Amino acid sequence: MAKRIDVGGLTAYYGSHKAIEDISMTVEPRSVTAFIGPSGCGKSTFLRTLNRMHEVTPGGRVEGKVLLDGEDLYASAVDPVNVRRTIGMVFQRPNPFPTMSIFDNVAAGLKLNGNYKKSELADVVEKSLRGANLWNEVKDRLNKPGSGLSGGQQQRLCIARAIAVEPQVLLMDEPCSALDPISTLAIEDLIGELKERFTIVIVTHNMQQAARVSDRTAFFNLAAVGQPGRLIEIDDTERIFSNPSVQATEDYISGRFG
Amino acid sequence: MDISPSTTAPPPPQDAQPKPISHKAAARGATRPGDRVFLGLSRGSGILLLLIMAAIAAFLTYRASIVLSKNEGNFLTTFEWDANAIPPYFGIAVLAFGTIVSSIIAMVIAVPIAVGIALFITHYAPRKLSGPIAYVVDLLAAVPSIVYGLWGALFLVPHLTGLFSWLDQFFGWTGVFEWQGGAPRSLLTVGILLAIMILPIITNVSREVFRQAPQMHQEAALALGATRWEVIRMSVLPFGRSGIISASMLGLGRALGETMAVATVLSPSFLINASILDPGGGTFAQNIASKFSEATEQGRDALIASGLVLFVITLLVNGAARAIIARRKEYSGANA
Repeated sequence: MAKRIDVGGLTAYYGSHKAIEDISMTVEPRSVTAFIGPSGCGKSTFLRTLNRMHEVTPGGRVEGKVLLDGEDLYASAVDPVNVRRTIGMVFQRPNPFPTMSIFDNVAAGLKLNGNYKKSELADVVEKSLRGANLWNEVKDRLNKPGSGLSGGQQQRLCIARAIAVEPQVLLMDEPCSALDPISTLAIEDLIGELKERFTIVIVTHNMQQAARVSDRTAFFNLAAVGQPGRLIEIDDTERIFSNPSVQATEDYISGRFG
Repeated sequence: MDISPSTTAPPPPQDAQPKPISHKAAARGATRPGDRVFLGLSRGSGILLLLIMAAIAAFLTYRASIVLSKNEGNFLTTFEWDANAIPPYFGIAVLAFGTIVSSIIAMVIAVPIAVGIALFITHYAPRKLSGPIAYVVDLLAAVPSIVYGLWGALFLVPHLTGLFSWLDQFFGWTGVFEWQGGAPRSLLTVGILLAIMILPIITNVSREVFRQAPQMHQEAALALGATRWEVIRMSVLPFGRSGIISASMLGLGRALGETMAVATVLSPSFLINASILDPGGGTFAQNIASKFSEATEQGRDALIASGLVLFVITLLVNGAARAIIARRKEYSGANA
């Protein structure tokens, strides 16, 4: 179910602007890897290169390799649509489909794949909602629109939607930045449960959050505004937050940044 | 830091509850000359609009009622238009049928094509191409309707014989597509021409709506592994649904009321044909245009009565469109 990601020499552009440069790292399966760093350092851009969402942006292109269990996602024969079916994504702002009911939101990905049985659909939806710790809150109103839920519930609905298709990897782009502390806690607990089944990569601005939820932490930085973002270091979270090997990481974490 | 008293905020008003801005309250407090002038202007314009509408409605109803009281035929079911005769003998059955059928044909042809063009411009075409295409569509809207009529009569009609005989050959058995071989100046011709004429308005309105489809929902679909078409189906079309309906209704409004182009292309008669390929039939606006010049005062009143019916049909269509849009408001993209 969960797969390993190996990134080699990855550079991403927006048009002629180089957003990130020469990033290499390994993301272990069944673990949580957090990306931290200042705004504009390319964490989100890098995250979006992992499921080929970057190239959806006009002018977005990528050089380098991303291997999912040894298979290059950027090989010419690979269909980005299939990549995104294998690598799920949760966004910064909760984005359930406003025209769909809660049930249909969770079922949306399955219906895309087409290979499902009507009888199984309800089971998968329930299982996914339970997996996202949302079932008890919405089981009586599955046919109501998803936009009627609170922000935190909507975000868990989006997580349910993402895990319903049983992805290999789950990418989360600042999933709690639009949420209150209680909802944030609920999502963080959920991440702890989900890592038993999925490889999780999370971008966060909240360093306590990175320290709480992740096993490994990658620190990104950029030399100056307009310069491409780079990976400074990646290590076990404990080590990054106690005894990082690069001075810049320690400066950032201890707030002596900039 | 020390804050001097002079920089502190003024004490809050007794009623600390924030209130939504009330235009009434704002108007009551309008003591400045500029406000008063503007209030007078905008209120005056609003009242003027109501007065004009009421005057038109009163005039039409009055003139129509005079001739309707004298009408020897049944206004709704008579298949004849002998409005200059004394006593007059006329009915709108043929006109209502022709108007509605030609407009439906126009909608059936134009809406899918317009939505397709709009989607192509917003979601498929490379940027270099989408600008020129949008410009061409705008050009289409700028062509005067009489020019469409001339083009229809001189180019479209002679070139439709092939389509008509093909339809007759394969679908003639339905009766709807039976063709006696007359000149192709039928309701289908009118419908095709109207479709071209209402294409720009439907395209432009749909395009604007599709362009506003939220990026975050399109990305949500993409991240689930949706293809481009599936993204459109899951996030763009549902969002644009009410926009497509309003766009279509704008187009339908034009199709229902189109006069010169229809009058130029159709060979009218006061008959209802089962086939949309055979010449004959008529529309409200076309009938008014072709009969007006030779009408007596009584004949004109009869034409006014038919215009009133067109007005009512248009109102009903708009009402229906609003009802459709309101029915699933909960699910519309607007409250996302």
